[in-house]
Amino acid sequence: MTTTHLLEADAITKYYGNIVALKGISTYVNAGEVTCILGDNGAGKSSFIKILSGVHQADDGSLLVDGEAVAFTSPRDARAKGIATVYQDLAMVPLMSVWRNFFLGAEPRKGLGPLQWVDAAKAKSIVRRELGEMGIDIRDPDQPVGTLSGGERQSVAIARAVYFGARVLILDEPTSALGVKQAGVVLKYVLQARDRGVAVIFITHNPHHAYPVGDRFVILNRGTSLGSYEKSQIDLEELTRLMAGGRELAELQHELAAIRAEI
Amino acid sequence: MATETAAHTQHDERLVSVGPLTRLLSRPDIGAFLGAIAVFFAFGYFARGVNWLGDPAIAAGWTDQAAQYGIVAVPVALLMIGGEFDLSAGVMIGSSGLLLGYLATHAHMNIWPAILLVLLFGLAIGFVNGLTVVKTRLPSFIVTLATFFVLQGVNAAGTLKLTGTTAIDDIDSAKGFTSARHIFASDLTHWSFKVKVLWWIGLTLVGAWLLAKSRFGNWIYSAGGDPNAARNVGVPVARTKITLFMMTSGTAALMGVIEALELRSMQSKEGIGLEFIFIICAVVGGCLLTGGYGSVIGTLFGAAMLGMVQLGIVDAQWDSNWTYTFQGAILFAAVVLNLFVRNRAQKVK
Repeated sequence: MTTTHLLEADAITKYYGNIVALKGISTYVNAGEVTCILGDNGAGKSSFIKILSGVHQADDGSLLVDGEAVAFTSPRDARAKGIATVYQDLAMVPLMSVWRNFFLGAEPRKGLGPLQWVDAAKAKSIVRRELGEMGIDIRDPDQPVGTLSGGERQSVAIARAVYFGARVLILDEPTSALGVKQAGVVLKYVLQARDRGVAVIFITHNPHHAYPVGDRFVILNRGTSLGSYEKSQIDLEELTRLMAGGRELAELQHELAAIRAEI
Repeated sequence: MATETAAHTQHDERLVSVGPLTRLLSRPDIGAFLGAIAVFFAFGYFARGVNWLGDPAIAAGWTDQAAQYGIVAVPVALLMIGGEFDLSAGVMIGSSGLLLGYLATHAHMNIWPAILLVLLFGLAIGFVNGLTVVKTRLPSFIVTLATFFVLQGVNAAGTLKLTGTTAIDDIDSAKGFTSARHIFASDLTHWSFKVKVLWWIGLTLVGAWLLAKSRFGNWIYSAGGDPNAARNVGVPVARTKITLFMMTSGTAALMGVIEALELRSMQSKEGIGLEFIFIICAVVGGCLLTGGYGSVIGTLFGAAMLGMVQLGIVDAQWDSNWTYTFQGAILFAAVVLNLFVRNRAQKVK
């Protein structure tokens, strides 16, 4: 290997029974870069990130962190290597406040000996500072996460992962359920995380969201890779065409034209 | 504050000003607090035959009753916030009191080690409840209903076999009884406020502190609010739930000790039916049936309200059967109020 990358997937293959979910998928990401994984529903995006984040194990191919082969048997292993995944369901409890959610499972504490309590003042000030640094405007760390908009929740989840030392941030369709404006807000935080030196893997089915933020694009279709492109090698139009299934779409248009002619 | 100022300029369309009154009214325990005050003054009006509002002896009466409900309602509320129920919390009072009676009168133990054994027994039952719920993933409603009926049978059959009657008497014959009664079941002053009331308030403060300030409290909220999300970020959800079950059964055992020492005897049917009262206290206190939200301080006001209803109906010289109707009406009003509060809390602004 000539260069080592922060996280690299090499010819990842995954079967579910006799179904080939992924076949020979390769890509990589470095610190301060965004690699986008694009694909329609059923293309294998979820299977791929589940392997990267340690939920599933690849049947063939290898994962390398800093050039060394790793075998994740659980999400905990991946987290130990600094790979954090922000899922669509966000791992946030809607009825709990922003600061309680931010530190859930890793509460800062103070006290004497066995009598320990959560340092709420410190937690709130860290939440304010961290979110502020990413330009996220949480009015009040005491408000329940359930009262935040979808974009704000995604942003808090990203800020949390970055704060807890994520070197690689895997974002599972962070913009798919959002309106145009909210999606823009989340994309801004993706770039902010990148600028803080985090390697980002951004999964989406929307090339319009991927192109402005990505450095590298991997297009998946029915479990196979249609190629990995640096930003300089591809424009938005070509990316969209590939995403939409390229030749398949052209055939479909042809058929529709034929039907229209018959009528 | 600088970031908040920036927020104003960037996203003003989302900003709704939240006044201190709105903030106060969206607390989970505010309903129980206002309700307790309303009930207090309502009986001030209806119970005119006695000096309801001013007589300390009257207050000693209803606080005694409220403590009876409120002590166990503290862990029951925490358990509900953690997303589970314990229907065996009532019958556990009877089981524990009877066990104490057995150890004191038949095994001839000193009361202090006997109390320790009873508390350990409570923790053990809670551990079994919790472990079963966590391992089988069955609803705790069913698991603890089973525990309830098993213990109910053991209490009745065991007592009959032991004494030939439906009660264990003469618990005061045990060594150390006087000193134990002083700690758990004595009167405080010449108005006969019970020491039990101090236990009630003390446990409430401990429970409220745990929930609001400790890491365990954060875990309780998350275990009830979204156990999957909690597990994803490393919260030991199973351990949290088992601990809550142990706290509930352990506190019910403490209540059994208090009653056995106060009454000097224990009926085999003692405690049965109280499990629902505890749940009513917690719901009135703002705990959601679905978990993840609630208040221990609110539960204290819930217990106070039910205690006042119990005694107030007698003092107002109404038929005491109306107590159940009142309890039901209070529960219904509380559930509707909670629904409203939760919808507010989850509303996307």
